[in-house]
Amino acid sequence: MFWNSKIECMRKEDLKALQYRELKSLVNNLYSFNRFYHDRMKAANVHPDDITSIADASKLPFMYKQDLRDNYPTNMFTVSNSEVVRYHVSSGTTGKPTLVGYTRNDLEYWTEALARSLTSVGIGADDTMQVSYGYGLFTGGLGLHYGAERVGATVLPASTGSTERQIELIKDLGVTAIACTPSYLIHMGDVAKRMGIDFRRDTKLRKAVLGAEPWSDGMRRHIEDSMGIRAFDIYGTSEMAGPMFTECEERNGIHMAGDLVYCEIIDPDTGENLEPGQKGELVVTMLKKEAMPMIRYRIKDITSIDEEECPCGRTSPRISRISGRSDDMLIIRGINVFPSQIEYTLMQIPQLAGHYMIIVTREGALDRMVVQVEIKEEAFSDKVEDMNKLRSYVESQLKKYLNIAAEVELKAPGELPRFEGKSKRVVDKRVI
Amino acid sequence: MMADSIIKQLSIFVNNEPGRLAYIASVLRECGINMQAFNLAESTDFGILRAIVEDPEGAYSKLKAKGVIVRKTDVIGVILEDTPGALFQAADAFGKAGINIEYGYAYSGKTGSVFYMRVNDPEKAVEVLKRDGIRLVSSGGIRWAI
Repeated sequence: MFWNSKIECMRKEDLKALQYRELKSLVNNLYSFNRFYHDRMKAANVHPDDITSIADASKLPFMYKQDLRDNYPTNMFTVSNSEVVRYHVSSGTTGKPTLVGYTRNDLEYWTEALARSLTSVGIGADDTMQVSYGYGLFTGGLGLHYGAERVGATVLPASTGSTERQIELIKDLGVTAIACTPSYLIHMGDVAKRMGIDFRRDTKLRKAVLGAEPWSDGMRRHIEDSMGIRAFDIYGTSEMAGPMFTECEERNGIHMAGDLVYCEIIDPDTGENLEPGQKGELVVTMLKKEAMPMIRYRIKDITSIDEEECPCGRTSPRISRISGRSDDMLIIRGINVFPSQIEYTLMQIPQLAGHYMIIVTREGALDRMVVQVEIKEEAFSDKVEDMNKLRSYVESQLKKYLNIAAEVELKAPGELPRFEGKSKRVVDKRVI
Repeated sequence: MMADSIIKQLSIFVNNEPGRLAYIASVLRECGINMQAFNLAESTDFGILRAIVEDPEGAYSKLKAKGVIVRKTDVIGVILEDTPGALFQAADAFGKAGINIEYGYAYSGKTGSVFYMRVNDPEKAVEVLKRDGIRLVSSGGIRWAI
């Protein structure tokens, strides 16, 4: 089943020609009318005339998350406010969030991408889909919501939390498909078991579109064996629009729709392009984005690309499961966390010395993050209550800036390890 | 005389990890610090060792020099007769005088017991207790108090 077979099954040469046309007009446009991109291209000594094929994208300068931060909130927007119809926001590294904006067309292509993706995993008008990604500033909830509506599915906008109620709804409404983080689905399975509900026996839930955090084939097998739900990987970041692309029924890589995104894999150290099949950092160029074009954006996810045609008939290149990050970003319960955000938050608290450690574990299906901090000598009190108050304050500040619960442990000055050179403040003990 | 009844307690921060208390205890031994009474208050991630020692000023400097996180806190020590109702007398006097006990711990010696406590207003507490004829440990003579 295809949503848009003309594009999805387009001959590879035609797709490359289409990508070239899109890139050429995008670059022309930005070079002529946008200060940010014009200056970037000038500095990289590249002119729109240098782009003569889609492969010439490699001549263009990279973009980084830092560009979004430096241009917060809307300095990188290429359209006027009247054309922007939505914002999404993710937490930033230094208390400053990352803002992304969408025109009506941007939302349209995002929804189109998801409609193709959901169709490719067999979700359609006969399905009832529970969207258990967070609704709100995070892209997951609303993105999947509109995608599922587009294919005609009955959408249940459950968002996150109230797990028992969610399970009851799955049962009562005959929900057939769900979109959420893989760890949340496993958590649901555990809660359902306690409630005496067996997903296989008591519900119609058979398909899950899972993403927003790293997961593995081991987790996939666990979900399928213990819950009887066929699990599909979904990929996308807010800079691209949000979650956009999934595996097809073949489940052999995520189809990155070629008319919407041009993917490259580079060596994260040298920036050189790598061959298909080689592992490196994913770089995306969004070919249709209007409000906030992304050209050679370095997502920092590590993967490889497969350009062979998929047995499903789709010709778009596929990326393999994300195997890691080329920076220090952590994904905790689906939320991106940079150690620098934690550091910044801690630095604002006068009772703390500068040293900290971040310890991430997975208990059952849920990630647990413990932040160990050293208190300053003068912050020490003989009263447990004062110390507990300090701990709660640090926890509330982290919650405020990271938008995620972290447990704090207070340590005496000098207790935490000191690092010479590159510090290893993050201990990630999760086995995924 | 009143200030004499206010005792310096040492409060020591102890990380909640196996072996930490042993380490602190070994430092106390190295420094030749003898504890008259102590108490360990704990939270999930740390503990606070509170100790009454013979020479709090000297012990404080020695511990500081060893890099131990230590703080001096004013506490008072109520000498409790070995009879029922002894604690009531002191607690009742505090209640009536509006003095709040923040924490406390008892030490039982050969001839009697001492209840060490941190209160919100030690000066006033001493005044109230003395007026009621309750005996207090004096800072100069902790060892011979009981």
